[in-house]
Amino acid sequence: MAPVDKGEPLLFAQQITKTFGAVQALKGVDLAVSAGEVVALVGDNGAGKSTLVKTLAGVQSPDAGQIFFEGKPVSLDNPAVSSELGIATIYQDLALCDHLDVVANLYLGRERRNAGRLLNEQEMELKAIELVGSLSTNPPPARALVRDLSGGQRQVVAIARALLADPKLVLLDEPTAALGVSQTHEVLELIRMLRARGLGCVLISHNLDDIFAVADRVCVLRLGLNAADFTVSDCSHEAVVAAITGATPSTTTPL
Amino acid sequence: MTVTNPPNEVREGATPTPSALRSFNLSRDQLPVLASLSVVWIVFAIANDRFLTPGNLTNLALQIVSVGAISVGVVFVLLLGEIDLSAGALSGFAAAIMAVLNVNHGLSVPVAILAAVLGGAVVGTVQGLIITRFALPAFVVTLAGLLVWQGGLLYLLGDSGTINLTDPVYLTMSTSSLPRWAGWLLAAVVVVGYGLTTAQRRRSRRAVGLKIETARALGMRLGLAAVSVTVIVAVLNADRGVPVAVLVLLAFVAIGDLVVRRCPFGRHVIAVGSNTEAARRAGINTKRVRIAVFAISGAMAGAGGVLAASRLLSVYQGSGGSDLLLMAIAGPVIAGTSLFGARGSVWSALSGAVLLGSISNGMDLLSLSSSVKFMVTGLVLVAAVILDSISRQRLAAKPKRPT
Repeated sequence: MAPVDKGEPLLFAQQITKTFGAVQALKGVDLAVSAGEVVALVGDNGAGKSTLVKTLAGVQSPDAGQIFFEGKPVSLDNPAVSSELGIATIYQDLALCDHLDVVANLYLGRERRNAGRLLNEQEMELKAIELVGSLSTNPPPARALVRDLSGGQRQVVAIARALLADPKLVLLDEPTAALGVSQTHEVLELIRMLRARGLGCVLISHNLDDIFAVADRVCVLRLGLNAADFTVSDCSHEAVVAAITGATPSTTTPL
Repeated sequence: MTVTNPPNEVREGATPTPSALRSFNLSRDQLPVLASLSVVWIVFAIANDRFLTPGNLTNLALQIVSVGAISVGVVFVLLLGEIDLSAGALSGFAAAIMAVLNVNHGLSVPVAILAAVLGGAVVGTVQGLIITRFALPAFVVTLAGLLVWQGGLLYLLGDSGTINLTDPVYLTMSTSSLPRWAGWLLAAVVVVGYGLTTAQRRRSRRAVGLKIETARALGMRLGLAAVSVTVIVAVLNADRGVPVAVLVLLAFVAIGDLVVRRCPFGRHVIAVGSNTEAARRAGINTKRVRIAVFAISGAMAGAGGVLAASRLLSVYQGSGGSDLLLMAIAGPVIAGTSLFGARGSVWSALSGAVLLGSISNGMDLLSLSSSVKFMVTGLVLVAAVILDSISRQRLAAKPKRPT
C-alpha cells in the first residue's frame, strides 16, 4: 500500500446532500482524505457527522453529490460495495458477538473451510494470532470469548476484523467514547499504526484531546455544512471549539 | 481437567490452551446437570432397588429417545434466542403423516418416514418464513402452529382417532438391539476414532506452533470418554444390547454438535443469537439462518414423532401432546442451554432428556401419581432456570470494561 501522491486524495466526497423528511442533515459537504492521513470529523450533535460516515460506509445513499475513491467516481449503494472498494467501518458499538471467541469474531461471515467443508480453525487461529499480535502489545487470547475482554481489547478485535479485509480507508465512529485513560491511549496508538501502514482514517470523536493527539487534519461540520478545516499542527483547541459552536464566522480553508 | 482459569486470568493473558478451554467449557456447562443426575439416581436407587438395574436403565434410554430427538432441534432454536412451541404438536402431526401414508395408502415404511421428516421440515420452514417475513415473535407464530398442527393431527386421523402401525418394521425399529459383540465393536471404534482425531489435531496444531492441551488434560479427557462409553455399553449389554433407537438419538446429537461447533452455519446461528445486528453487518443472511433453524426444528420434531409412534406402535389423538413439548424445551434448558440465546450445546438435549427421563422413570417405579410427577418436574425446571439466571448475572457482574 504505497501512499498515494499527495495531490490526489484517496477519498474525495463532493457536495454531499442528504435529507430525512423535513430535516436536511447534509447541505453540500466536502470531505477529502489522503492515504496515510488521519482526518478527524467533529461537530455538535446533529451536525451531520454520522450521516456523512454512513454515506461513506454505504449504509445510506446520498441524495446528491459525488464520491471519488482513488480518483474514480463511485456509487456506494450498499455496505458490500464500500467494503469491496476497501472502505472498512468500525461502528461505535463495535458489532462483535459476545458469545463467540476472538477468532470466530474476526472471521465471522467469511469463515475459512477445510477440505471437508468444516471450519478450518487452525488456519483462522494462526492468522488471527498474527494479526491481533501485530496490533497490540497486550493482545487478547485468540480463544477468549469477546465478552471476557476489556474495552480496549474489544477495540483491538474490531479493528483487526476491519483490517482482515485489507482496507484502504478506515472509518472509526467514536472509538474512544467508552474507554478509560490507558485504553484510550492504546486505541490512539492503533490509529497511528493504521496511518503508518498507509491507510486513510476518518475519526469521529467528541474528545479534542484525542483528536489533537492523533489527527492530521480536523474537519468541522456545523448544521450540515463544512464549518472549518484545520491542520492540527497549526491550530488551537479554542479555534476548533469556536468553529463547532459557530462562535466565529466560517473560515473554511481550501481543501 | 487441569485448566480452571477464571475469566479474569484469561484477560491478563494467562491463556489456557485453546482446545482445553473448549472442552473445559463444555464439561463445565454440563457439570451441573451431571451433578443433578447423580443426586437423582442416588435418591431413586435408595428408594427402589430396581432403578439402577440394566433392564430399567435400558428402558429409561428407550423412553427418552423421542423427546431427546425433538430437543436436538429445540437447541438450535434456543441458540437463536427464540422458542418453538409447535415442536410437540408437529411431532404428532408428522407421525400422522407417516401413519396415513403407510397404513391407509400402502406406501413403504421408509418412504412414509421420509415424508414425515420432510413434512416437519416444510412446516418449520413455513413458520420460519412467517416469522422473518413479518418480523413476528417466534413465540406467537409457533403457538399458532401448535394449534394448527394439533388440528392437523386430528384431521389426518379422521373418525377412528387412532391408526395402529402393524408393519413389523416399526417393531424392529423400536425393539431391536445390536448384538453384544457389535456394541463392543462400536464402543471401540468410537473411543479409538475420538482418540486418533484428537491426537491428530494436537500434532497438527503443534506443528504450526499453536497452543496445545497438556498431555495430562488430553489423557484425562480421553480416559473419561473411554470409561463413559465402556460403562454405558456394559450396562446396556447386560440387558439386551445397545438399542438401535438409542443409537439413532446419539447419531442425531453427534451430527447436531458437529453442525453447531464445526460448521460455518452453526457459528452463524450463535452469532445471530448473540448479536443479530453484528451478524447482519458481517454479511450473514440472518433471515435465512433463522428459517433454516426452524426447518431443522421441524425436521427433528418429525423424527421425534416417528420414533415415538414406532415405540407405541400407533398414532392417536394424544400423539405429540401432553407434556412432550414442555419436556423437549425443559431438557436442554435444565442442562445449561440458555433461553436467551447463543449459549448452550447440542449435548444438553441428551443430558437434559436423561435427567428428566430419570425423574419420570423413577417416580413411575415408586408408583407416584401424575400430580406429584408434574409438580416435581416443574420444580426441577424452575430450579434449573434460576441456576441459568444466576450464572448469567455472574457473567454480567464481571468487570467487562474496567475504566
